[in-house]
Amino acid sequence: MIEAPDISWGALAPLLLVFGAACAGILVEAFVPRALRHPVQVGLALVGTLGALAATVLLAGTREVTAVGALAVDGPALFLQATIAGLGALSVLLFAERALDPARSAFVVSAAVPAGSPRDRELATVPQVQTEVYPLATFAIGGMMLFVASNDLLVMFVALEVLSLPLYLISGLARRRRLLSQEAAVKYFLLGAFASAFFLYGLALVYGAAGSVRLSEVREAVGTDGGGALLVLGLALLVVGLLFKASVAPFHTWTPDVYQGAPTAVTAFMAACTKVAAFGAILRLLYVAFGTAEWTWRPLVYAAAIVSMVVGAVLGLTQTDLKRMLAYSSVAHAGFLLTGVIGLGAAGTGSGLPATMFYLLAYGITTLGAFAVLTLVRDGDGEASHLSQWAGLGARSPVTAAVMTLFLLALAGIPLTAGFTGKFAVFRAAIEQGAWPLTVVALLASAVAAFFYLRVVVLMYFSEPVADGPTVGVPGVPTTLVLAVTATATVALGVLPGAVLDLAERAAIFVG
Amino acid sequence: MSLSHYLVLAAILFTIGAVGVLVRRNAIVVFMCVELMLNAVNLTLITFARSTGTVDGQIIALFVMVVAAAEVVVGLAIIMSIYRTRRSASIDDANLLKY
Repeated sequence: MIEAPDISWGALAPLLLVFGAACAGILVEAFVPRALRHPVQVGLALVGTLGALAATVLLAGTREVTAVGALAVDGPALFLQATIAGLGALSVLLFAERALDPARSAFVVSAAVPAGSPRDRELATVPQVQTEVYPLATFAIGGMMLFVASNDLLVMFVALEVLSLPLYLISGLARRRRLLSQEAAVKYFLLGAFASAFFLYGLALVYGAAGSVRLSEVREAVGTDGGGALLVLGLALLVVGLLFKASVAPFHTWTPDVYQGAPTAVTAFMAACTKVAAFGAILRLLYVAFGTAEWTWRPLVYAAAIVSMVVGAVLGLTQTDLKRMLAYSSVAHAGFLLTGVIGLGAAGTGSGLPATMFYLLAYGITTLGAFAVLTLVRDGDGEASHLSQWAGLGARSPVTAAVMTLFLLALAGIPLTAGFTGKFAVFRAAIEQGAWPLTVVALLASAVAAFFYLRVVVLMYFSEPVADGPTVGVPGVPTTLVLAVTATATVALGVLPGAVLDLAERAAIFVG
Repeated sequence: MSLSHYLVLAAILFTIGAVGVLVRRNAIVVFMCVELMLNAVNLTLITFARSTGTVDGQIIALFVMVVAAAEVVVGLAIIMSIYRTRRSASIDDANLLKY
């Protein structure tokens, strides 16, 4: 006799809404006439993500472990789910932009037609819109929200795949420069599958040592002595798999290529949401399962943080393409986020958890905004992302240049922007845990990184415009909305961060 | 044979798969090496299910198989699309994106 498991459906409402919208999206794709599909799909994806955002707000304060211990609905899970749902809704708006591309959409009409073939050239200018990207992105958002709530390594693995598989596909769906886009998809897929194999081997070793994959039972096996070599080796492999998703150096090699090749709206989505999800899982794993034996992961995270900050800042200097530069910036920010993870401290006594959660929100909003600006500046062949093409943009389009400057300053961590508050919080948490050498490296890396952000600002305002330079498109309602929301939030989180910092502080208690 | 033999065999298979991913150049072969790694994990899981006396490991192995099947669908679709364009599945030919 098998008893039905006890599941608290109310606490899972955010997940159910997003997955429901994704499943309905597939049906829409099959049954709704083509002319209506685009508005219906966009509406459905927005209802799912914004509904999930509202549901997390209603659930605030919930602390429970449900679905027979497989899922934890607690402060960090809800805070990060709300972040992912909000950033996901903004990404959906970016996907829905129809005014910028002359062919009405940044996504390919038929991904199955070989790139460069006569049929493909014919379709390139047809103002037809394909809508498969919306259900795929909604599934990815659902996977990410599941990822940060998983209280069980198996659920974590399934969520990892649910978020990754749609991302592999949508990074190959660009309408222009299709070869680059397909190449990005292949690279992302092969390296992503490689990394999930490591995660899975780590899961198997932890299972062998602890006899269970439930995080609470793993914690009992870990104790304070680490629980033996097998368990520590398993932890190392699990962390490698997760650091890959978070694009932490030295596991970042896919990041620049995929960020550059994927459609810019998809890059914005990946840069913002995947980072939040991956760090949510890293925090939960290290805090809930291995928090009592902090020494087991501290050296690994410490080293990865330093390598990531240095690699991201130094290689970012040499880039000539803005999308690649922002990709290296994402690697450097992953390092800064890891200083917050170091700030977790022994048994989670430090203030690293709220600091990292705030940083994730701030970074996600800023980077999403920066990539949204990139979609505006175009030449005949799509987006003009080469640095030289941005020369003198301040004279040609002052508003675009000003908004981009705001996001770049926030990424650099200049005071009165969201980036500064986030950096301050994670560095303070790291120093409280005695990791001041790490903080010194972080400050130096910030200074180096600030140079390449400011170089773009200087280029925009103090260079002569190039003769046949790119045009700045007039965005439609969706992109305008995204830019307005992200720019406002970037300033608001920098000037008046108190309320959100308090919220993160109060949410920062794991269950399980 | 003791259970540790199976674990060692799985570790060897996993290593062969990992080395294969790093040295082979054909996308399909690289992908097969990833599948070899996943199957090595399955062997490990089943061995541990036996040694710890729980069924969790066997269930997880089933999950891994389903996920691997889904991964094949997505992966082959992506590799096919690039093969149709380039008439080659070599990952060295895909070199438009670098530094």
